[in-house]
Amino acid sequence: MSGDRVFVAMSGGVDSSVAAAILKERGEEVVGVWMRLVPASADVDAPRCCGTDEAGEDARQAAAVLGIPFYALDYADLFGERVVDRFVDSYAAGETPNPCVACNEHLKFDALLRDVVRKFGGTRLATGHYARVRTDADGGHHLLRARHEAKDQSYALYMLGQRELSRTVFPIGELRDKAETRAIAARLGLPTASKAESMDVCFAPGDYRDLVRRRAPEAFVRGPIEDLDGTTIGTHAGIGALTVGQRSGVGVATGERLYVLRLEPDRRAAIVGTREQVTRTTYELADVSFVAGRPPADEFETSAVLRYRGIPLAASARVHGSDATLELAAPALVAPGQAAVFYEGDEVIGGGVVRRSSR
Amino acid sequence: MRTRLYVVDRVYLDHAATTPVDPAVAEAMARTLRDVSGNPSSIYAEGRAARAAVDRAREQVAAAIGAHPTEIVFTSGGTEADNLALRGVLKARRGERHALVTTAIEHHAVIDTAHDLERHEAVRLRVVGVDANGVVSVDAIGEAIDADTALVSVMHANNEIGTLEPVAAIGAVCRERGVSFHSDAVQSVGALDVDVRKIPVDLLSVNAHKFYGPKGVGALYVRSGTRIATIQTGGGQEKGRRTGTENVPGIVGLGLALEIAGQRRATESPRQARLRDRIIAGVRERIRDAVLTGHPSERLPNNASFCIPGTQGEDLIVALDLEGFAVSSGSACTSGETEPSHVLLALGLDREIAKGSLRVTVGRSTTEADVDGFVAALARVVTRLRDAAAVPA
Repeated sequence: MSGDRVFVAMSGGVDSSVAAAILKERGEEVVGVWMRLVPASADVDAPRCCGTDEAGEDARQAAAVLGIPFYALDYADLFGERVVDRFVDSYAAGETPNPCVACNEHLKFDALLRDVVRKFGGTRLATGHYARVRTDADGGHHLLRARHEAKDQSYALYMLGQRELSRTVFPIGELRDKAETRAIAARLGLPTASKAESMDVCFAPGDYRDLVRRRAPEAFVRGPIEDLDGTTIGTHAGIGALTVGQRSGVGVATGERLYVLRLEPDRRAAIVGTREQVTRTTYELADVSFVAGRPPADEFETSAVLRYRGIPLAASARVHGSDATLELAAPALVAPGQAAVFYEGDEVIGGGVVRRSSR
Repeated sequence: MRTRLYVVDRVYLDHAATTPVDPAVAEAMARTLRDVSGNPSSIYAEGRAARAAVDRAREQVAAAIGAHPTEIVFTSGGTEADNLALRGVLKARRGERHALVTTAIEHHAVIDTAHDLERHEAVRLRVVGVDANGVVSVDAIGEAIDADTALVSVMHANNEIGTLEPVAAIGAVCRERGVSFHSDAVQSVGALDVDVRKIPVDLLSVNAHKFYGPKGVGALYVRSGTRIATIQTGGGQEKGRRTGTENVPGIVGLGLALEIAGQRRATESPRQARLRDRIIAGVRERIRDAVLTGHPSERLPNNASFCIPGTQGEDLIVALDLEGFAVSSGSACTSGETEPSHVLLALGLDREIAKGSLRVTVGRSTTEADVDGFVAALARVVTRLRDAAAVPA
C-alpha cells in the first residue's frame, strides 16, 4: 500500500465534494468516505441529513466524477447515541445543544478519524469545513477561522487537539468565498455544484422541536412564564421549545420585549425579562479543552464566541481542571448546552460547554 | 492477472459476484449488435437472421446442460429465471396445489420470492434448514413435501459459501412424490457439469454473467411437460413463457459463453480448485482462528469463504480494496448492511463471528501469485483491524 493517503469525509454536499476535488487536483491519493448516520432501513419520516441514503448517493456520484475510491461506512448507532439522543436529552433538560459540535467531537474527528488511520491505513482526514489549520516550524498546530469569514465553522471545531489537527486537512478553508467553492464544483462538473444549502438541524429537518416532542414528550408539558419577581405572566408550551436568549413573544402580552433569561426544568418554568434585566456575566463551563493541549495561562483574557456565528465578546477565563469560569466584560445571555469558544484574533484557543445553573 | 485501475494494481477475486466477459463472447456480441438488426419475430430476412442467432444460442445452452432446445426459455437473468420458476409453477397449479418447499440458504431471488408468494398469493411455504456446512438434508425435504406441495426449490451451489447441495437425490425424491423440482444453478452452471439428464430437475436457473457472459441475460430450463404459467403478458415470445422482444446480442453472448465454459471446464475447474485450496491453506496458516464456511470438500471449485473473528466484513472489504484486492462479504446483494447474511445465520454461526465474513472466488485469470499476494494482504489487514479494535481511543 502507498505511503500517504488522505481520506475525505464526503457528505454529499458541495463543500466536501470540492474539498475532495482540491486534494485530487493537488495530486494527492484521495479516498472518499461517506458516513451513514441514519439506519438504512429507517422509515419514510426519517430525517434527511448528510447521513441518509440520498446524500450518500450524491457523495458517491461526486466521487465517481472525481475518479476516487469511495466507501459508505456505517456510524448510525454511534450517531444515534452521541448526537441524536443527547440532542433530545439536552433540550428536555432546558439546554440548547449544538449537535454539530457533538458530531465533530464524537463522529468525524474521533470514530471516523480513528478508523481511517487504524483500520484503513490512511494518513490524514479531510472534511469540507470552512476553517484552517496552520502548522508552526516547531510542529505545533493552530486552528484558525476560515478565510471566508461569513462561512467560518471553526466554532464547531474547538475541541480538536494537536493529535487530531496533525491529521486533519480543511481544503476549502483557504477559499475566498462560497462562490469560489461553487465555481470549482461547476468547473469539475460535480453534480453537487448547485445543491441548495440547508440551515436545519441535519437530522431533524423543518422544525427540530417535532423530533424533541416525539422523543421526549415530557419536555412539551405546559409551564409558567414568570418575570424576575416570580410572578406568572403567561404559559409556554414546553421548555423543549424554548432557548435561553430568545424573544418570548408567545403567551405574553405586556408590550415589552421580553427574553428568556433562564429555564428551570424541574418546575417547568421559563423566567423572562427585558434586555435591561440581563445582568449575568459569569458562566461555568464543562469539558473544557485547548487546541494546544493546555490553556495559555490559568487565567487569561479572550474573545469568547457563545453560539455558532456569534459575535466575539470580551471575556476572561479561569481554568480549573476540565472546568472553567467565564467572566464576560458585559452582561449577556448564553444558553446552557452551547459551546463557549475562546478566540485570540482569528485563532481558536479552545472552549467548553456552558453549564446549566440554578441561578 | 493484474490489471491497472485507479492507481493501484488490482486483483479481482470476486468471480461469484460477476465474471469479466470472455473476449470471444464480447466480439460475438458486438458483431450481433452491428450486423443482426432484425426482430426475431419478423418473418422477413432480417427477422429470420435474428431468429437464427437466437436459435443457435438456444441450441448451445441446451447442449451444455443436456436439454432439448425447446426446453430453454431466455430471461433477463438469474433473478427473473427464479421468479418465473416459482411464480410460474405456483400459478399453473393454483386451485390444486398451494405449497412451496425451499431452503434457508437460497439466494434472495428465491427466498424473497417465496416469502412474497406466501404473503400475497396464499402459498404455503416450508423453509428447510441446513447443517453447519450448509448442506440441506434430503430426508428433511422429503418430510416437508405433502399432498399440497406444488414445487420444491433447492439451489445447486450456494453463492456465499459455495456448498453443493444433493440436488440429484432431492430431485429423485421429488419425482417419486410427483412434485416439480426447481434448482437455482446460477453459481454452478459453467463451473460444474450440470446435466439435466443426470439430475432429475424440472426447472433450472442459469445466469450468463457468472460464466464470462454478459449481464442482463439468463435462462430457465423447463423440462418438457412441466406445468408452468407465464408471469408477464405481452407479445408471446419464448412460446408465451417469457414474453418480450428477445435480447438478441445478450442471448448470443450467453450461448457462446456457456459453450466456451464447457470446453474449458475439464482443465479450468481443477486448476481453480487448486487455487481455492491454496487460499484455504494459506488463510488457515496465517490466521489461525479463521473459520472456513461451507462444506470442506463438497463446494464450488472457485469458492473459499471464511469468517474471521474480531473483524467486520465491511472493514475487510474496504481495507482489501485499498490494498488492491476485490473480494466480498456475504452476498454482494446485501453488502452495505451490517447484519450477517441469512446464509451465515442459517449455518448456526455465532452472530458476532458471522459479521466477519469474507468470500474469495477465483476465476480464469487468477494466478498463484495473485492468491499468495492476497493471503499476505489479508494477514496484514486482519492484524491491523484487530489492533484497531483492541485499542480504545
